[in-house]
Order: sequence, then C-alpha cells, then structure tokens
Amino acid sequence: MSQAELTAGPAVRAPRRLWALGILRSELTTTFRRWRTVALLGVLAAVPVLIGIAVRIETGDGSEGGPGGGGGGPAFLSQVTNNGLFLVFAALSATLPVFLPMAVGVIAGDSVAGEASGGTLRYLLVAPAGRTRLLLAKYASVLVFCLVATLVVAVSALAAGALLFPVGEVTTISGTRIGFGEGLLRAGLIAVAVAVSLVGFAALGLFISTLTDSGIAAMAATVGVLITAQILDTMPQLDGIHPYLFPHYWLSFTDLLRDPVYWDEMVRNLGLQAVYAAVFGSAAWARFTTKDISV
Amino acid sequence: MAPNDSAMTNGEATGTVVGRRKAARYIVPFAVAGVAAATIGLVPALADSGDPELPEITAQELIEKIAASDQEQLSGTVKVTTDLGIPSLGGLAGSFAPGAASGPGESSASPDAKLMELASGTHTLRVAVDGPDKQRLSILGEGSEYSLVHNGDDVWGYDSESNEVYHAKSDGSGKAEEHKAPKGVPATPKELAEEALAAVGDTTSVTVDGTAQVAGRDAYKLLIKPKQSGSTIGSVTVAVDASTGVPLKFTLAPSSGGKAAVDAGFTAVDFAKPDASSFSFTPPKGAKVTEADELKDEAEKKGAADKVRKDLTALEDFKGLNVIGEGWNAVAEIEVPGGAGLPAQGSGDVPAQAQQFMEALGDKVTGDFGSGTVFKTRLVNALLTDDGKVYVGAVTKDALVKAADTAK
Repeated sequence: MSQAELTAGPAVRAPRRLWALGILRSELTTTFRRWRTVALLGVLAAVPVLIGIAVRIETGDGSEGGPGGGGGGPAFLSQVTNNGLFLVFAALSATLPVFLPMAVGVIAGDSVAGEASGGTLRYLLVAPAGRTRLLLAKYASVLVFCLVATLVVAVSALAAGALLFPVGEVTTISGTRIGFGEGLLRAGLIAVAVAVSLVGFAALGLFISTLTDSGIAAMAATVGVLITAQILDTMPQLDGIHPYLFPHYWLSFTDLLRDPVYWDEMVRNLGLQAVYAAVFGSAAWARFTTKDISV
Repeated sequence: MAPNDSAMTNGEATGTVVGRRKAARYIVPFAVAGVAAATIGLVPALADSGDPELPEITAQELIEKIAASDQEQLSGTVKVTTDLGIPSLGGLAGSFAPGAASGPGESSASPDAKLMELASGTHTLRVAVDGPDKQRLSILGEGSEYSLVHNGDDVWGYDSESNEVYHAKSDGSGKAEEHKAPKGVPATPKELAEEALAAVGDTTSVTVDGTAQVAGRDAYKLLIKPKQSGSTIGSVTVAVDASTGVPLKFTLAPSSGGKAAVDAGFTAVDFAKPDASSFSFTPPKGAKVTEADELKDEAEKKGAADKVRKDLTALEDFKGLNVIGEGWNAVAEIEVPGGAGLPAQGSGDVPAQAQQFMEALGDKVTGDFGSGTVFKTRLVNALLTDDGKVYVGAVTKDALVKAADTAK
C-alpha cells in the first residue's frame, strides 16, 4: 500500500460524509417545507385543542369534577378537568391509534415513491452519496417527522390544557401524587415513547414506498396496512399473533403514569419496534439499492 | 457501506455476479426476521431450562415452611390467568354479587366490583405488603389502573378510569376489611395457597414435585391432588420460595385437562420494604368519593325497587344449605327460596325461546331425585332440579347426580 493511497482514503471520505449530512438537511427541508406536511401538523395541533374545548363545554364552568365522565372515550379524559396536563396524555392516546400513524404513513409512503413519480429521484441519485445513504437520510427525516408530529400534539395539548384548565400536582393513575415538574418530565417521556412507537411503522412505510413509483399508491398501501393491523389487533380469536403486531403495545406509554413506572410492556414495545425497523429497513435497503430507476 | 454503493452505481454494466449479489441483498431482511423469531422463541426456553438444585424436602416440611414464613414485606408483579369456562364475568358480576354492579348511584371504585373482574381473563396485578396494616393491590388496566390501598384504619379504592374513589373505615384491626373481598377471588398467591391447603385431609395427596424458577427465585413445587375420583379439580400446584417460604405461584388444573383454570404467580418479586409512599392515598382533586356506608344505604334503598336484588338478599339468608359428601367431592345443596326451579316446558311462565336458551346452556338429567338441568363450567357444576333444589360442587356431572340421589 503506498502513501498516496492511504491519504486518499480520508480525503475521499470527508466529502462523502458532508454529502450525507447535506442530503439529510435537504431531505428535512423538502419534507417540512411541503404544504402537505404543514397541513398535517396543523391538523395534529388542532386535535388536542378540540378535545380541550369539548371537555370544557361539557363540564360547564369547569369547576365541577367529572362524575359524569364515567370513563368513556379515550383514557384520562375524566381527569382533564382537574388537571390540564392530562390533556397531553388524553390527546396522545386519542391521536396515537389513527392520526399520528396516518400522518407518518403519508410522509413515509411518499418519501421514495413520491420522488420517483415526480421524476426527481434520479437527480438525487446523481449526488455521490450512494443509495444507501440517501435511503438512510430519507428514513432519518421520517423519524424526525415522527418526533416533531408527536411534540406538536403534546405541546399544543399542553398549551390548550394550561389555558383551559387548572394545572398543578399530578395524580398518577396509581392514585399517588407527583409534583407538576415531574409530571411535565413524564409528559416529555411519554411524547418520546409515542414517537418511538412509530419507528417500526415508519420503516414499514419506507419499504412500501420503495416498491412502487406512485406516491399515492404507497401512501394508501401504508395506511391500509396500518388499518389492517389495528383491526387484527382487536380480534380476540387472533390472540396468538397480537404480540407481533406493531400497534399492539402502542398504548403502553400509559404505563409511564403508574407509580412506580411499569416498564415491562414499554420494553417489549421498544423491542418490537426495533425488530420492525430492522426487518423492513433492510428490506427497503435491499429493494432500493437493487431497483432499476429510470424515471 | 461504500462497497454496496459501488455495486449499484455501476449497476448498468451487470454481470451475473452483480445480479447474484443483488439478489443476495434480499436475504438480509429474512435473516433479520429469522434471528428475531429465533430469539423470541429461544430466550424463554433458555431462561426456563434447568430447574434449580435444591436440597430434598418433604411435603410436611414445605407446608411448615409456608406456615412459619414471617415475611411481612414484599412487593411484586403478579400475573393472574383465569379460565373457568365462564364467559367474561365482568358484566355478569353485577347480577351475581349484590352491590357489585356499578349502576347509577353506586361506585365503580368499590372493591367487590373490581375484584370480580379477575375471575376471567388475564390480568396483571401489583402487590405491595408491609406488615398487617399496610397493603396495596393494583390491577393494571389498559391506560388505567384500579388501586386498593389499606393503610391502618382506612381502605381506599381508586379507579383511575372513572376517577372515582371508594373509601371505607375499618373499625379496629382492619383485618375485617380485608375479608370484604369476595371469597373465591383471593388476591395473592399466599391467600390462594392457604385456601388450597385448608382442604388437606385424608382425601388429598400432598407431595413435593421438584423445583422451579419463579420470578427469578428458586422455588419448591408443592403438588396437591384429590385422592377421590369425581372431582373436577385435577391438581393444585403451589410454588414456594425456597428461602422465605412465601408462595410464589399457584396453578389449578382441571381434571378434564387442558389449560390451567387458575394460574396466578409473581413475575417479579422483591422482599425489601416497599416505599412508604405507596400506602399513602389522598383522593385526587375532583374525584367522586363514595363512602362505604353511603353505598350500603344506597344499595338498601335501591334494593326495595330492584326485584333481583331482593331475591338475592333473600338468597343470602336462605336456610337450607346442606353439604353432601366430604373433601373434594363436597356438594352443597341449596333450597331456592320461593319454590320452583326452571319452569317446566310449556308452563307459560317463560317464553319458549327463553326456555330453549336455558336448555341450551345446560344438560337435562334424570335420576332417582327426579329430573333437572346441569349447568357446567370447567370447575364448578350446578344441578338445578325441577323441584327447586340446587346442588353445587366442584365435581363432575355424574357425581352431582349421585349426590342428588343420596340427598333424596
């Protein structure tokens, strides 16, 4: 090995790394500058506000506690009147089954197929970063969207909750009390747990996106898979496969509100999401790096 | 990653080698899925393997160990799986136990209603005990939790789903309150085991059946089996912690085979003193608090209007309870207040469809006692005779009929 070869290695690699970062940055800006993305985030931000206003109207002046609540609707709804922070938990458990994954499905499904149908994919491939890096950048930007979408719901719920209802000490669902600061901390953890719950589904959407050249088809298929999995998860006859369905442990984030926190299901959720991300991420890689891209 | 990239950037100039390499990439996701599946399948099997080596012990010694156990502090997670062959008891509970239903004017946070739900399905519970005065039991639901906290003179029940609180004051020791929980739904493995051991007699064989790992602890397995035939109970297994003598797992297998009818065991256990804060409870702001005394008054008021309730109250002070047989084959004979059992066909009391429905639920039997209908679950069978007597026991249908014959 000559001296020249040794020095050439890093010299070539440095621009490549820069390119990868550049791709990620440009991916993020294209994703978040789209009107579609902004509209999706707007809808997500509106959900907790609507829930808050509905609960507020329902309970009149908001001073009477919720014996009428009766435990219907999404979890935590009955506690919202007493503590605005619970609106964060109620909004997240209301949006997690449908709204959030749907938004992620739209972004993930569109990520590769949308570029292909728009005819811009081949220009992206001209960049000397390679397909693997491009795919990683795409997946990273979808993951960033997962986190941003969840935080949008959480922050909007926190703002609406603080405006419409009193805030203060939090009663955990085990009946013990924690301070408002720790409550906020747990709300933050919950938002992260919810975002992580979407990791596996995002990889699934990315894989579907590499299968087709039609953005709409990819989005529809991704959301279709989501709905199918949710339906299968509710069928008691299919008990055996439930632990392997990606939405099965989604609501495990509520365990963060127990005292002490019950980690078992959340760890299982984490493992399941990691398996989904690995399986469908590598499937997307296999497909995308071997695909003939002519458009 | 770089080599992979080069494989497809010059992809147009494909040789067969490159084509094969491309196809090979599809192996990766399958390999990942395979490894994941193998891990999921193997890890529990590996963790399960190798029952711990413990010194030999007789059944007598093991029972003494349980009795002598003075472990007063523990906390842990319990998984309870119940399959009694009854459709979900959650909704039915109300019609069985007086005061258990959460109708208007009553509290869904009352312990009776909640503990009844444990009688079917799988539930995760958390238990914390610190001496006789402080206990906590939580039933973990999806996004909700039901907590029952006993601290000194106070018993609190908190249902986070409806944000309702149930409060009872116990007079004196507080022991009386504990037993308010419906019998037959014992909450901890310890209670379950004690109940099973109470049945020990000439009728029962008790042996030590090897060892097992429960919640990461070494345990002896105590096997209890009826010597008589005719019982629906096949065997009862209690896993007892080898060092503390605390029962850790309770399994009740029906004699008909199949899945255990009751399987309750710790999945995690800690014998350290639980955090004192777990036993303190103040009703959260805005929660509806129901006092036990109010609830009783309310129930009495309602009872006047509610015919079913009245019947059940009557059932409570019924006179004729006879126990036929002994040990595992004991059958209770109950005289239904107010006479007849199932109305005979075409008596006009009941619409034909309802009649058919009742018959579909049970089996018609005849014997020296006359005729009647047998209702079966996996553990408890009941014979309702046409002349209004009920025979109930954890025995097979034949044994039930025999008991009814001898009672005649």
